[in-house]
Amino acid sequence: MMDFLIGIYESLPVWIQIILKIVVIMAPLMVLVAYYTYAERKIIGYMQIRLGPNRVGPKGWLQPIADAFKLMFKEIVLPTHADKTLFLIAPLLSIGPALAAWAVFPFDTGLVLSDINAGLLYLLAMTSIGVYGVIIAGWASNSKYAFLGSIRSAAQIVSYEIAMGFALVGVLVAAGSLNLGQIVEGQSGGFWHWYWLPLLPLFVIYFISGVAETNRAPFDVAEGESEIVAGFHVDYSGMAFAVFFLAEYANMILISALTALMFLGGWLSPFQGTFMESWFAWVPGIVWLVAKTFVFMFLFLWFRATFPRYRYDQIMRLGWKIFIPITIVWIFVAGAMQVYDIGPWYQ
Amino acid sequence: MKTVIHYIRSLFLLELFKGMSVTGRYLFRKKFTLNYPEEKAPVSPRFRGLHAQRRYPNGEERCIACKLCEAVCPANAITIEAAPREDGSRRTTRYDIDLFKCIFCGFCEESCPVDAIVETRLYEYHFEDTDKAAGNYIMTKEKLLAMGDKYEAQLAEDRAAQAKYR
Repeated sequence: MMDFLIGIYESLPVWIQIILKIVVIMAPLMVLVAYYTYAERKIIGYMQIRLGPNRVGPKGWLQPIADAFKLMFKEIVLPTHADKTLFLIAPLLSIGPALAAWAVFPFDTGLVLSDINAGLLYLLAMTSIGVYGVIIAGWASNSKYAFLGSIRSAAQIVSYEIAMGFALVGVLVAAGSLNLGQIVEGQSGGFWHWYWLPLLPLFVIYFISGVAETNRAPFDVAEGESEIVAGFHVDYSGMAFAVFFLAEYANMILISALTALMFLGGWLSPFQGTFMESWFAWVPGIVWLVAKTFVFMFLFLWFRATFPRYRYDQIMRLGWKIFIPITIVWIFVAGAMQVYDIGPWYQ
Repeated sequence: MKTVIHYIRSLFLLELFKGMSVTGRYLFRKKFTLNYPEEKAPVSPRFRGLHAQRRYPNGEERCIACKLCEAVCPANAITIEAAPREDGSRRTTRYDIDLFKCIFCGFCEESCPVDAIVETRLYEYHFEDTDKAAGNYIMTKEKLLAMGDKYEAQLAEDRAAQAKYR
């Protein structure tokens, strides 16, 4: 049966094979996004001693489906003075890069849509392009709230991009490769060989910058309710709003997955090199990857339930005066460790 | 030294971890949520819900049109007109409570010398429209007496339970 299916698959033209692969990546991702919103409402509810959504379907499991249907049938309101073309392009510009980044993401050894050698660069480029969706949305809405929100959010994304980029330089120094698969291979050898340990400050800074990049609490000044309503997407409704929402959550999942990939050894088993290794040998690598990703996805929600929103100048101070100096210093430390072969990480 | 400690505390995110431990603990707390239509919060015998007018056990309406409730009503929600009935006793011909004006303070109930106007435990009701002519939101004498007849058992029980405090 399996051989038969593989036979059919291999007889297809290459472009259909690629589209099939894309569907196999995208479909679970979209479902994950939908249920991430549900998990967010549930978990934050639980942290606030509430129950969260529990009306639609058993325990509220159908809530995200109901939300999606509601948004699909709602009108997309076009503000009179909005720039219509840009207004409709902006959501696409923000979801496009969020999904495109998955093209180079390796799920297991060799299990990757496009195994390019500049994977890390491509990722940095893709996550940076997402900011255009935000800027254009704010500009095209022709509303001061949307515009202020988009400026805040753009400034924030651009500032944290730098710290994020430097954090990745540390990974790059340690792994000696831009290929994401090789970065993971470089961490093989067990829990203590993953890059979170030698690059601990970079690991923390990368994840916090990731939270800021995705405009999530406590860095969600872009949607400060009391000042600017909802920021850059105030004027969006229906599916256009849903696409922004989708992009935000897809980005959160991406950041979580990348953190797992670059600092927690991706699909590598945490029991590698210990006596328990053989017990867990049957677990496919992708399970470890997903489990590690879920940890960070949970952290996103935990942060949102815990921390009050940063003031805008504090965000800028944190990004420029704390994160960037620390990352620069640690790049030197990582370089020194590399040159003098300190620890098991650099061979 | 103080600044050094401050730097160490903020660099290692100690306070943030403390905060997260609090929310982390709350994640496993017992939840307060009441699944409203299925579960309901307990209601006190002193609850001040929708109004009703009571009758004596022999079926005679209690209200004697003394208009104390109308006088005490802080929202001027009560309108009373009175006239002698055929048997010569003084009764209301009109007793309206405007539910939009009413603030459910319970003064009418407290001021009533014969326990005629009372407030029930009922808090789940609505009006179909706000049209003045339709008068849905006016509790007329008929509606009040009907409410009283319907909930008399509960009303009598609540009054009995609170008797020693009144």
